Amino acid sequence: MKPYLREHIPQAFSEIPDTTSYEAGYLVSKNAGWRSVRPVIDTDRCVGCLQCYLHCPDGVIFRKDGKVAIDYDFCKGCGICLKECRPGAIRMEAEK
Amino acid sequence: MAKKFLSGDEAFAEGVRLARPQVISAYPITPQTIVVEKLSEMVEDGSLKSEFIHVESEHSALSCAMGASSVGARAFTATSSQGLLYMAECLTYASGGRFPILMMNANRSTALPWNIYGDQRDSISLLDSGWIQAYAENAQEALDLALLGYYIAEKKEVSTPYMANLDGFVLTHTYEVVDVPTREQADAFLPPFETDNRLDLEHPRNLGFSAGPDYNTQFKMKEHAGLLKVREVVAEAEDRFAAIFGRQYTGLTESYRTEDADYILVTLGSIAGLVRETVDALRANGKKVGLLRLRYLRPFPNQEIASAAANTKALAVLEKDISFGNEGTVYTNVVSALHKAGIAIPTANYVGGLGGKNISAEDIRQIFEDLSQGQQGLHFVGTGGEAD
Amino acid sequence: MSLNARTLNEEEFFYGHKACAGCGGSLAVRIALKVLGERSIAVLPAGCMSAVGFNFPQLCFGNNAIISTFAGTASMLTGIEAGLRARGETNYHAVGFAGDGGTADIGIQALSGAIDRNDDILYICYDNEAYMNTGIQKSSLTPFGARTTTTPAGKNIRGNLRPKKNMFEIVAAHGIPYAATASIGYLNDFIAKVEKASKIRGTKYIHIIAPCPTGWGIATDETVEVARQVVDCGLWYLAEYENGNFTLTHQPKQLADPADYLKRQARFRHLTEEDIELIRQSRDLKWEQIRKNYKNIQEEKQP
Repeated sequence: MKPYLREHIPQAFSEIPDTTSYEAGYLVSKNAGWRSVRPVIDTDRCVGCLQCYLHCPDGVIFRKDGKVAIDYDFCKGCGICLKECRPGAIRMEAEK
Repeated sequence: MAKKFLSGDEAFAEGVRLARPQVISAYPITPQTIVVEKLSEMVEDGSLKSEFIHVESEHSALSCAMGASSVGARAFTATSSQGLLYMAECLTYASGGRFPILMMNANRSTALPWNIYGDQRDSISLLDSGWIQAYAENAQEALDLALLGYYIAEKKEVSTPYMANLDGFVLTHTYEVVDVPTREQADAFLPPFETDNRLDLEHPRNLGFSAGPDYNTQFKMKEHAGLLKVREVVAEAEDRFAAIFGRQYTGLTESYRTEDADYILVTLGSIAGLVRETVDALRANGKKVGLLRLRYLRPFPNQEIASAAANTKALAVLEKDISFGNEGTVYTNVVSALHKAGIAIPTANYVGGLGGKNISAEDIRQIFEDLSQGQQGLHFVGTGGEAD
Repeated sequence: MSLNARTLNEEEFFYGHKACAGCGGSLAVRIALKVLGERSIAVLPAGCMSAVGFNFPQLCFGNNAIISTFAGTASMLTGIEAGLRARGETNYHAVGFAGDGGTADIGIQALSGAIDRNDDILYICYDNEAYMNTGIQKSSLTPFGARTTTTPAGKNIRGNLRPKKNMFEIVAAHGIPYAATASIGYLNDFIAKVEKASKIRGTKYIHIIAPCPTGWGIATDETVEVARQVVDCGLWYLAEYENGNFTLTHQPKQLADPADYLKRQARFRHLTEEDIELIRQSRDLKWEQIRKNYKNIQEEKQP
């Protein structure tokens, strides 16, 4: 199961587990704020080779309609996807 | 129930067999080795069905036991002295992870100087590691602690690892007649291990995580609360135990002739037997003396000590331990219990039995005599030396 | 036909973690879990991947996962595997992910014990060549010449003086059922090895080079490229050990000059031409041994 962002952040004493054990894949914060640049996919150029998806350390590139899309909540803007993209379908844009 | 002539190590191994641990991680160290030898024989002859893992160190012994416990398997290991210290990192890990592992520790002196004989500096130096600490007086109690230990540790509200301590050689290697319960009795007493604190293939979980400053204290409060629950669970477990096995234990402490005692000697482990005999001998001469045996050091029996000492004139603590630069750690804890209860009586601390040094009946008579003369302070038994 | 980007499990199991941008270690963990799937139980010792993935209440593993003690990756895996076996479970993968320090230094005793017992576990070492989580200190897998915060490059000493320990061959010397080296620069090779390991019973070990942009002094987008280059210049090699045999799984036609690989990293920037020549020589010596002792796929394919 893919970890995903939850609505609720356990904070009250009663919500904190008695043991160091909790539901797997419980996310309460995004990584979007780490980024100064964001990868943008040119779907016209994308050939769906999936090398960006394969090499992303954060796994934020996912398959969509034979090509790929990016989960910007968790992309850190490292730029590996651009380097791995042979058709040149990815460009980095400055975050405003 | 069958009567057998067993050493403390052998009796404990019998208790472990009856408790059906699913994983045993074994590493030898004197004077614990007989336990893992016996268990390996039981696995070999089929009387114990368990994964027997020959680990490469004590650190791995407890790490392996934690791995087993983290998937919901009942785990056992045993150690002593240097081995206990070598695995020390894993002790706080197991308690923080709330893994109800049973570990037998053969109390033995710690180097330097090297010494393989019994004292309690190994386990007492790890009082703060978050484990339940029990101290057996004899081989029968050793066997029984294996069953009681799992029952208490695995109670959901406790979920805390359990260290059963046996005095090295004096208890681990001394033969006594022991009642070995039947398989049916043991199974009636100890239910299979069930926990939701585990890695679960059907419902994945993340275990053993970090908790930063915002959360850490809450986890530690819960860990503390788990240990404090032990007092009532011990009482319930021992009543249940008595109903099935016909032997009744007495909770975190055992009081012997303390009700009207003017002088009480507090101690723990196998030396209590000799103190009890000495109390009887002195009582026969009209001396009003009593014994308070600490069966558990964690949780610490504050209330039991206060109640036993409520009407006494003076109290001494005899222990096989010293916190260098201060005093015996058991003494520190006992004095704290008295202070909290508002009991202001003279107290003295006797450190004895280090590195296996014999404590004689005469030594114990002398302690009671000293107490009646107003003795206080720290004394090393049998050396004639003063600490300061 | 082994797995590739198209056939790999689309599910993500290591997600939302706080690793540095461009982290090679997190890519290795992510890809391995995609191969092994949801019935994986991951053990991670104290180190980068546990620090970035398990900070309650941000828990970044979708599968079962637990932090072990620093020295206890393999011993905890042993207990997990024994415990599951005792509980009658059969369909799962017990997998460890430890860094170079956690594997080759503090964890080597437990790893050796697990291989000795032939416990049914997969141990993956993600090697970023120093203690990165504590801020780039030398481990026994730090290569010769590298500057770390405990092997400074000054006037008297130019970085780390000792060569990198060969964990792959140390592990193989145990007679382990399967061991392999890999690089995040050659992910298809890594995927094939994880997949192969997942089908072998007994202890499996995979050692994957996983560059650390922070510790190596490279840009965040260079991690994969540098991991490819280290293989292409022969300072790392892709191989397997099985049934007593060493086999190269990838043979560069001609080894590139290590100078280009070294000079692009801040940790090697102080090296002199003489230092680089020493590195070339030790690489050539290793490759002589490899050519002599290792089989390679090209040779095997000859009729």
